[in-house]
Amino acid sequence: MDILTGDHYCLWCEGRYFNDFNWRYLLGMSTNDGICSECRESLLSISGEICRICGRMLNNLSKEFRKGELCLDCIRWEDEPGWAGVLVKNRSVYQYNDFLKGILSRIKFRGDAVMVSPFMSPLKTLFKLEFPNDVIVVPIPLSSERLYERGFNQAKVLAELLDVQLKEILIRDSHEGKQSKKNRRERLAVINQSLFKCIDNVDLEEKNVLLVDDIYTTGVTIRNAAKELLNKGANKAYSLTVARG
Amino acid sequence: MKFASFLYEGQTLLVPEKLSSKEVIVDSPVASISQIPYWDTPPVTPSFTYSKQIQRYLSGKQLLLEELPFSINTIYEHYLNGYITFVKPINQLNERFYCTRCGNDKANLFASFLCARCDRECMYCRNCIMMKRISQCTPLVEWVGPEMLFGNEDYKMEWNGKLSKGQKTAADLFVKCIGSREKLLIWAVCGAGKTEVLFEGISEALSKGQSICLAAPRTDVVIELAPRIKKAFPMVEVVSLHGGSEELQERGQIVISTTHQLLRFNNHFDLMIVDEVDAFPYSIDDSLKFAVLKAGKNDATVAYLSATPDKDLRNKADVGEITSVRIPARYHGLPLPVPAFRWCGNWRKHLKRGAIPEQVNNWLTEQIAKNSQVFLFVPSVNLLESVFDSVKLKLQNVETVHAEDPGRHEKVKRFREGKTCVLITTTILERGITVSNVSVGVLGAEDNIFTESALVQISGRAGRSADYPTGDVVFFHYGKTSSMIGAENHIQSMNEEAKRKGWIS
Ligand SMILES: [Zn+2]
Ligand SMILES: [Zn+2]
Ligand SMILES: [Zn+2]
Ligand SMILES: [Zn+2]
Repeated sequence: MDILTGDHYCLWCEGRYFNDFNWRYLLGMSTNDGICSECRESLLSISGEICRICGRMLNNLSKEFRKGELCLDCIRWEDEPGWAGVLVKNRSVYQYNDFLKGILSRIKFRGDAVMVSPFMSPLKTLFKLEFPNDVIVVPIPLSSERLYERGFNQAKVLAELLDVQLKEILIRDSHEGKQSKKNRRERLAVINQSLFKCIDNVDLEEKNVLLVDDIYTTGVTIRNAAKELLNKGANKAYSLTVARG
Repeated sequence: MKFASFLYEGQTLLVPEKLSSKEVIVDSPVASISQIPYWDTPPVTPSFTYSKQIQRYLSGKQLLLEELPFSINTIYEHYLNGYITFVKPINQLNERFYCTRCGNDKANLFASFLCARCDRECMYCRNCIMMKRISQCTPLVEWVGPEMLFGNEDYKMEWNGKLSKGQKTAADLFVKCIGSREKLLIWAVCGAGKTEVLFEGISEALSKGQSICLAAPRTDVVIELAPRIKKAFPMVEVVSLHGGSEELQERGQIVISTTHQLLRFNNHFDLMIVDEVDAFPYSIDDSLKFAVLKAGKNDATVAYLSATPDKDLRNKADVGEITSVRIPARYHGLPLPVPAFRWCGNWRKHLKRGAIPEQVNNWLTEQIAKNSQVFLFVPSVNLLESVFDSVKLKLQNVETVHAEDPGRHEKVKRFREGKTCVLITTTILERGITVSNVSVGVLGAEDNIFTESALVQISGRAGRSADYPTGDVVFFHYGKTSSMIGAENHIQSMNEEAKRKGWIS
């Protein structure tokens, strides 16, 4: 890679590409974003009208799955005793299409950590645009077994792209079942046994927290972590993810 | 897993973090194995009862610790007794990194992360990441105990077909090379019957107790070869390895494998046969060439097979750096069909208006009228649809196929069964497919995707069976290219050579 000529190999398709925004490098406004423009075009941003809480696109939802500025999922969460207001808002960068699915699984299941780099600049932008600048950034942790297996926590590697100090104050229980296999009622039963524990000796009074993860799918993981932090005194909980599944 | 080293009787030995107890005084920090500059492998303890399972699983391979279904205690015990060694996964020389598994040394195919296993920035290879990540702290484990012997002297070859004269000449030379460090190129025209050329030599290698690898770049070839080899050598353990294979951990005296799967082997085979050496991706991927060399023993016999060897291999044969033999004649003893060139004007412009050139249409109709099936090759995927729409206006049972087509295998099957009359295809079907009565057309033969070797392979689809030895081959073009002329010359010179030798009538 040559910073001045902007000549790179795409991390995804391995094709050579040329980054012609030279002046941006020189001004330190941009760094190599890792993938070529063709691959970049396969990533679809979240745009248009979105759910106020979970950040999913509303314009491709049919009428019965939305109500005003919220999606049906979020309405249910807000109706659930003990869960209203736990998550103030989630924002995600991209729609979860097959291309993004491929990139995320390459990161998680193949362990190709450097594949997070295309997400740096859009994550930073969304972070600055949507969240107060004094939030405490907390990556969603992996269980210690999973962490050893993978060698890194993808949520942490993503959070590091924001260039702010991270607080790794959550610990993940290792005996959680596969949540994707369960229906919503079973999941709701599970969420009452907490997946996460906050470490002792942290003072979150009056502080706002921002959870970072690779994907928001059902919202169970993120809300569970948020609740634990609220119990420890946090004021509001937000979240930021690459994908909205 | 982290490691430390300690001195014992003048040797520097490794110890995994988990097993380093108080009795062992380590003289290095417990860290990533990349931090330990040097270590020894203890001498073999002959009295040690080694695990036959580990030997079977690991011998001839280099695998990551996490690929082994054995406890670290057992593995370490084998190390201490000199049966297993640990190999540095990523080597560094000056600023350059090298992957031990795949030979990658391209800077853009390495990356690093803060590793939870070794607590430091850990470099990993992106080139071979599809087979479980190899990083600086994940040593490769290698068996250095006694080799696994197949001891199958009473194997029996169940093949008693007859070889053509050309085949016989090549087979005899191949047999002579077995047991030597010879490198051999068998250059056999499409339809020469190169698999049969190998049987005698494989049989000779088996009689010497050798372990044999038949590798090919494409999965299709592996799948096609496996049953033929199994049938010819029913008493020998034969396994086939490819992406979708369920035999990945099986051992066999004969291994039929994609070149990709060879990355797990190390210094194992006495006889390496590489089929279709000029095929993608082997032809452009250095790590696959590395894999073939690494999988074979240093003194292995290596045989390369091809109908269209590349320049490099041909040069080596010309200067005598490798031994070579040519089979210019088909098994059935009739000449290769020589392509006819037919100028068809600006066919792309034509096609934009919705029609393929009249000449192509007429030719297709003629072929169908004489009951031939037709392969119609086009230069790219995005042309398939418009060519299809045009052909379909006049003919029935027309299909298209390309590399990413999910229905690819079914479509090829339907064509083989004679259910399809015209199969419009990209260059993916240039190789390997044999249908008895087929004519071959290339629309846009001037396109530079049609290299000389691609055109030779494509022409080689026609006239394969003795019942229909003369299939039509036509290059429809908008200006002759040197590749087209090269292909024509190539085929003609093979026919002439075969005639000179009296191998064709
Ligand atoms: Zn790309
Ligand atoms: Zn919502
Ligand atoms: Zn590698
Ligand atoms: Zn490591």
